Amino acid sequence: MNPEKKFTLRDAVNQGLIAGLITSLISMVGMVELFSKRQLIANLMTTAQVFILLAPALLSYQSARKSAKNNALASGAVTGFFASIPIIVLVLLASAFDLRQFLVNVSPNLISTLTFGQGPVVGSLILVAINTLIGLLAAILHQLDEKIRNPILTGLLWTLLVGMFSEILQERLRAFFGISFTNLIIRSKALQPTVAVILLVGITAIAYFWGQRGASFSERIANQSATQRRNMIIAQRVAFFVLLLAMPLLLGTYLSEVVNNVGIYVLMGLGLNIVVGFAGLLDLGYVAFFAIGAYVMAILTSEGFLGVAQTSFWVALPVSVITAVAAGIFLGTPVLRMRGDYLAIVTLGFGEIIRIMANSDLLKPFIGGAQGVLQIPKPSFFGTSLIQPGQLYYVVLGGVLLAWFVSTRLSNSRLGRQWMAMREDEDVAEAMGINLVNTKLLAFAIGAGFSGLSGAIYASKLTSIFPHSFNLLISINVLSLIIVGGMGSLPGVVIGSLILVGLPELLREFAEFRLWMYGALLIVMMLAKPEGFWPSAITKRELHAHDESIPIEEPAAAD
Amino acid sequence: MPMLEVNNIHTYYGNIHALKGITLTVEQGEIVTLIGANGAGKTTTLRTISALLRPRQGNVLFEGEDLSNIPAHQMVYKGVAMVPEGRGIFSRLTVSENLDMGAFSRKDKDSMGKDLERVFTLFPRLKERRNQVAGTLSGGEQQMLAIGRAMMSHPRLLLLDEPSMGLAPVLVEAIFDTVIAINKEGTTILLVEQNATMALSVAFRGYVLQTGEIVLSDSAQNLSKNEMVQKAYLGME
Repeated sequence: MNPEKKFTLRDAVNQGLIAGLITSLISMVGMVELFSKRQLIANLMTTAQVFILLAPALLSYQSARKSAKNNALASGAVTGFFASIPIIVLVLLASAFDLRQFLVNVSPNLISTLTFGQGPVVGSLILVAINTLIGLLAAILHQLDEKIRNPILTGLLWTLLVGMFSEILQERLRAFFGISFTNLIIRSKALQPTVAVILLVGITAIAYFWGQRGASFSERIANQSATQRRNMIIAQRVAFFVLLLAMPLLLGTYLSEVVNNVGIYVLMGLGLNIVVGFAGLLDLGYVAFFAIGAYVMAILTSEGFLGVAQTSFWVALPVSVITAVAAGIFLGTPVLRMRGDYLAIVTLGFGEIIRIMANSDLLKPFIGGAQGVLQIPKPSFFGTSLIQPGQLYYVVLGGVLLAWFVSTRLSNSRLGRQWMAMREDEDVAEAMGINLVNTKLLAFAIGAGFSGLSGAIYASKLTSIFPHSFNLLISINVLSLIIVGGMGSLPGVVIGSLILVGLPELLREFAEFRLWMYGALLIVMMLAKPEGFWPSAITKRELHAHDESIPIEEPAAAD
Repeated sequence: MPMLEVNNIHTYYGNIHALKGITLTVEQGEIVTLIGANGAGKTTTLRTISALLRPRQGNVLFEGEDLSNIPAHQMVYKGVAMVPEGRGIFSRLTVSENLDMGAFSRKDKDSMGKDLERVFTLFPRLKERRNQVAGTLSGGEQQMLAIGRAMMSHPRLLLLDEPSMGLAPVLVEAIFDTVIAINKEGTTILLVEQNATMALSVAFRGYVLQTGEIVLSDSAQNLSKNEMVQKAYLGME
């Protein structure tokens, strides 16, 4: 790719060793072994094997991409070959010495997974062969024409995803099509090998034809008249909305619960997005408002001895939001003069103060201290209590849609422009006539309001809350999901929540590696896609301002 | 009555006494320049006038009104616009969006359109590049944008902080030509500059600042003839 810097054999070897080290590392921390129980394809492949081969495959692909065209295949194979070396070293060391004394996760089980159950010597040979093969395949894949490569990658990705989540899929398919049909596709939580092949080929073919047709299809759209296009957009929106409404029916209880959790974070994310993404104020104590919303809801509605009013969910909801907004203003006022890092530290402190206060003996008579508040009723709607996750879903959905609507309206408003100017340069914004005090306070207050709303729903969803649910980690989670999705981007918040909250929920094995994964994901994101998965228009423009290929949208004719 | 009257202001950064009693006036329709070396207090004076800093002593009167209790963001509503040092453009926004932000304080759409036309006549380059992201403009264009943005608030007094900073000589001349053009159209200008030659060539009057004090004030012509100014600021022996 880069003609000035030649990619030598040595680079290929280095890439391979790095890949091998990555694999050894995730083996040593225990990730591989945990995932060896999750089968992808019945009796053939487990998620663990995907994890073992992922780094070699990716880095071989990189090697092939970076090296000259005529020796790309060789580079890929070399990278693959050397990727096996560190793993073999690990295997041999583990069979010669008792590594578990200091590396507790290097268990016989892990070694057997790494060597495909064949013992150290044969296993090592298999490792070399498979890694070289994978490296070669990755290089071949890179050499293929884009029109063929992309469909194959799509096919691989979807097949792996379906395989990984086959347990959930199995449950869903059973609910819709019955056991006998499901068993044809998925048996004992794994895809049937034939089905996997059909899936791979099928999706690749569809992606291929879609790619072929895509050009003419978008041309057809471009040729449509304005009204036709508008009708289509309306139709899409209606379809999307109907899909949103029908979601619980399609997803079933477990997935609805997952979606609700994601929704709670989306709601918080949309709020923090206003503070961090729009106004550029780094708030690390965002969980405080979430906690305040949750505690107000809890105290107002609880049927236990701490409940003061036993009001209904719908009465308590606005009170929670208003309290959170008030707290936002309360926090905002003293920290107005802070900028950047200082603001982050002060808000961090505020978040901790709220958590410690919730835990304190002083407030124990009112909010229960470490025992928390219990017996919070679920919300009810015209007499029916929304007990099922599928029912609660609509409450969460309502909150998210409201926050979404407010966010879009705000970002295009005068206030949105005030935030934007303030984020870029506070002094200049002030010189333009922007009242920094009000602008900052509004960002804090609105962000806190969404978080309070989220907390209130959370409290009545869980029916009991404890101080330790409101730790710093939540603030970090929300901030991370905004970064992963793309600062200042609303769809980015949803994507970020799905990746950082939804995925770990579905891959329960992840639980203990959650933070590990966050760190890894954030580093990779910052290197590979610093603008996030779905960047806002402004960020996209900024990062691609120098490629002429992305035209800047003509503003609408002056009115 | 002078348009701007700065009476014996003392401004501090913490314990550092940055301005030690600056007194200056700017009459309606003038270009007045403040020249001086690095750290003389030029920018501090400008920031104090635009209320970003508060003097501990002394006051600033604009059209007879004491600005001591006016918050910084209200200054633009009073008719004072500032072009900050180092341009301070909104680099992620487009040129048009930057100019729109300049008119943030205004509600009169009709005359805003006229001002936009005026800015585009002054700086045809900005019109060509109005949909470009401001951060990708060249240094000279960014300075034009910063001045154009300030003009969008239709100020009566324009405070310019080092417009020549970091620009090629040919661009510096172009910028100063526009400064004259803006002044001819009726905007009063207070110009802070290190480039004394250029500043004195466009200004009516000038003040020389040294370590927070005004050491000399005269007409621009006399200042450029003054031996001490020639030696210290104009690079003549």
